[in-house]
Amino acid sequence: MPRIANLLFAGVACLAVAMFFVAFNQMAMQDTAYTHHANLDDPAADDSRHVADQKTSHADESESSGDLEVSAVKFPVTIRKPSGPPRIELAGMDPQGRSATVACSTCHANRKPNIENVSAATLDEFHRGMTFKHGTITCYACHNPDGSDSLRMADGTSLEYQDVMTLCSQCHGPQATAFAHGAHGGMNGHWDLTRGPQTKNNCIDCHDPHAPNYPKMIVGFKPKDRFNAPADSDHDHQGADVHDSH
Amino acid sequence: MTATENGSPKQPSTDRSLPVIENFTRRAAVKGAFATLGAGAFVAAISPLRQAAENSSAAEFMQTHYTELSPDQKGDVIARLEAETKEKYGADVTIADDRPIPGTKFVYAINLSVCNGNGKCVEACHKENNHDRDTNQSYIRVLEMPKGTMDMEKGSTTYSGTVPKDDKFYLPVQCQQCDEPPCVDVCPVKATWKEEDGIVVVDYNWCIGCRYCEAACPYHARRFNWKKPEVPAKEINPDQSYLSNRVRPVGVVEKCTYCLHRTRRGKLPACLEACPTGARVFGNILDPESNIRWILENKRVYILKEELGTKPAFFYYFD
Ligand code: SF4
Ligand code: SF4
Repeated sequence: MPRIANLLFAGVACLAVAMFFVAFNQMAMQDTAYTHHANLDDPAADDSRHVADQKTSHADESESSGDLEVSAVKFPVTIRKPSGPPRIELAGMDPQGRSATVACSTCHANRKPNIENVSAATLDEFHRGMTFKHGTITCYACHNPDGSDSLRMADGTSLEYQDVMTLCSQCHGPQATAFAHGAHGGMNGHWDLTRGPQTKNNCIDCHDPHAPNYPKMIVGFKPKDRFNAPADSDHDHQGADVHDSH
Repeated sequence: MTATENGSPKQPSTDRSLPVIENFTRRAAVKGAFATLGAGAFVAAISPLRQAAENSSAAEFMQTHYTELSPDQKGDVIARLEAETKEKYGADVTIADDRPIPGTKFVYAINLSVCNGNGKCVEACHKENNHDRDTNQSYIRVLEMPKGTMDMEKGSTTYSGTVPKDDKFYLPVQCQQCDEPPCVDVCPVKATWKEEDGIVVVDYNWCIGCRYCEAACPYHARRFNWKKPEVPAKEINPDQSYLSNRVRPVGVVEKCTYCLHRTRRGKLPACLEACPTGARVFGNILDPESNIRWILENKRVYILKEELGTKPAFFYYFD
């Protein structure tokens, strides 16, 4: 009997200690809550804390007081560009065993352009294996018959290969507009240009100019979760309409 | 029995006294057995606690809610978490406490005319956010949808092979960072809440793992950590934040955080950068010059399950 009483007493003692502890903790929590509110009342204090937070990761940051006019220093948006006109890889090697590339003009300078040609199949030689699926336009709708290391705009002016996007935009205006507003084409870097630069893809990073349909892809990565069961055998999450079909 | 209680063992015959004594010992034995059983049951009952104690230090157990931590306390908590990651995963990581940037409200949009269901975003999220390698966990599901409906329950995630298929379109779904988040409403301990920039976050140290939020989310956006996430040390993304991609403990719920450890530092989300088709657009809707504003003003945009009134900060559009 006294043993049981002892146990009981120990239990009660433990309970009392636990209660004391919880109450104490609660008080401590209320205290921190108050200081938190005090911070909220003083937005300046709050802001400076933010700035301090950001400073740790962006030491070079110039903007501070949250003044948008002051922070107008913006990092650039760079659009990737092709490095220049394409080069043709030679089939053979030179005596030293090196392969080499040549400019388009190497051959085209002494060949008469066929302005009418619309497909690779009707070419006499070279480029004949090329896939061409870009509407019904001719080769020289884009390539320059008077200077084969450059492109030609619809109005006849010559255009460097680096600026190919200007050429595409003649026909693909809506895409060009969407691109300008970040709604077409991939990008990397920063959404906030006051904190860092951004790089955007060029049209021909994703679209082969000769066959511009976006290529098909193979699905690689799949999470293993309950949603991965085939839709028709999955009773876990489907709506009632699907259950009716069983 | 009555004999012993009456205190007169002499009265009945001696052969009766024996059984009485026997009875007594048996009672003691039964009591003892029950006591042992009880102790066993008690040990069994608290064994999850013992495991929890192995997984979480006393300091973690005593930690208060994230929003009530003082900067000093936060510092201690973060130092402890960094040390734990080193100890358990062998990786040196930096856990920041990225707070919302004043004057930002993050919004995401996806161009469904362009998305081809290749799933690179799913993989990027997996790597960026230190998801369990074994289950290939990710916050994104890409649903293969029959054309002509926006009902995500009609989609399937099991498609494979070459995409896009002719009669399908692809609908990537992740947390919609709802302005009226049902997941936040149902949390019994307030372990999940919406921050000023619109991101709905989870304090993994406060979450009790009841999974109410997972059930409440109409977009199936939340994930439960059934087991300790396994990530090889060299694959751990060391660039972490307390409320986002730090390695989560077992038994808590997690979800897309719009990569707040990136976006609150001005960077684009990982899934956007990984998208090879450029279908994803992210930005600050409060900035009138932002990409996202142009889309909302110039495209016909859709939201998922609009009728539920969750008010997603996530839009879908077609060219
Ligand atoms: S999508 Fe789901 S998890 Fe995300 S805020 Fe909405 S209800 Fe919550
Ligand atoms: S924003 Fe980040 S966390 Fe959200 S789905 Fe994309 S990669 Fe994952």
